[in-house]
Amino acid sequence: MERIPILRMGRFLIVSIQVDMHDRLALTLQADLAARITETGAHGVLLDISSLEVVDSFIGRMISNVAATSRVLDAETVVVGIQPAVAITLVELGLSLPGVRTALNVEKGMAMLRQATVHLDHAADLDSDTLSESPDGSAAM
Amino acid sequence: MADTSRAVRSDSGRIARVLEQDSSELLDAWVAAQSGVLSLRGSISPNELRAQSREFISLLQKAAANNPAGVTGPGWEDVRAFLADLSSSRAIQGFSPGETATFVFSLKEPLFKRLRRAADSDADVLATDIWNATLMLDELGLYTTDVYLKSREELVSRQQQDLLELSTPVVKLWDGILALPMVGTLDSNRTQIAMESLLQRIVETGSDVAILDITGVPTVDTLTAQHLLKTVNAVHLMGAECIISGIRPQIAQTIVHLGVDLEGVVTKASLADAFRTALQRTGRSVVRATAPAAPTNERDRA
Repeated sequence: MERIPILRMGRFLIVSIQVDMHDRLALTLQADLAARITETGAHGVLLDISSLEVVDSFIGRMISNVAATSRVLDAETVVVGIQPAVAITLVELGLSLPGVRTALNVEKGMAMLRQATVHLDHAADLDSDTLSESPDGSAAM
Repeated sequence: MADTSRAVRSDSGRIARVLEQDSSELLDAWVAAQSGVLSLRGSISPNELRAQSREFISLLQKAAANNPAGVTGPGWEDVRAFLADLSSSRAIQGFSPGETATFVFSLKEPLFKRLRRAADSDADVLATDIWNATLMLDELGLYTTDVYLKSREELVSRQQQDLLELSTPVVKLWDGILALPMVGTLDSNRTQIAMESLLQRIVETGSDVAILDITGVPTVDTLTAQHLLKTVNAVHLMGAECIISGIRPQIAQTIVHLGVDLEGVVTKASLADAFRTALQRTGRSVVRATAPAAPTNERDRA
């Protein structure tokens, strides 16, 4: 069955949607992502939807569900690369994704995730492959 | 319509004869009647008016003599084309629809007078003639009004289009800071276009902050506020921050009275304040480079 890959990068998970979303795929992604977050103990999820040209209310709700699920599992979620047309559609559908962080592109999204999880740098139980951050935690918002 | 055509057909020949025989006398009387009404405007010269009137009488005479069918039928194309030209040019000159239609209707009095003379106190003939002439002139007058309205509508829609194109410039204030100065009433159509061009520019420039300046928006009602909120939400979804600026005191009061919820939206009184905030958010600050006497640097003025 078709699946959307979930990549691990340090303490973050990266999901890049490169195909047309359909409902089954969205549900599978939700389940897979929740499983992976628990499995890896990731602290952040980056959802790249820059290739998504068409959204409907279901996909919109899926995005906000993914974010809510991740938050419950203690992982920050940033949705990046929403196209103008998609943004307008979501707003017209009344889905303004409250509580979901957004960023313009992957780079800014990663920066946002790092900043949001910078306080975890000092924690002892981090994996050895964690991205290095400056020990100065004063930049945290 | 069929009845009208028949009625005109039966006796339009007589009307045409009257128009031909007394044309110069009729012209004088008609022009006099018209200038009585049009004198208020003065944007059309007496010579021009006379030339137009003369042309109309001769066209009308030709059409009535040779083409007995109704005004909307074949053979009247010249008359209709002439009236179309006339009314669209008058619409542009700023005449009212009433004044434009008067061009045709004012022909009635002088024409009826001459018809009466031609009828030679035969009441039946006179009644028929006047009825036919009335039908003919009424139809032509209404046609004039139709064309007038059509050309006005074209004018309005063209101006609307111009306005739409003029009203949505997205300007770059600084690296990563865009501004969208909104001018005029915000309807769904305009907001949509403005939103699209703003979002597109955010993608192109990779901007972090967008300032929505509504200094030029005269009134804000619930619908307008909803449009603004939609734009703000869309900008947020794109991953940029949106600041609304240029809210005038009355508008601020209206927003509160209407109970519009601007919670979570950053609002600033002036564009300068919004720009300062935007600079701060992108990790910059405004400092004075020299002594206060000579503010030469652009950052200084900001």
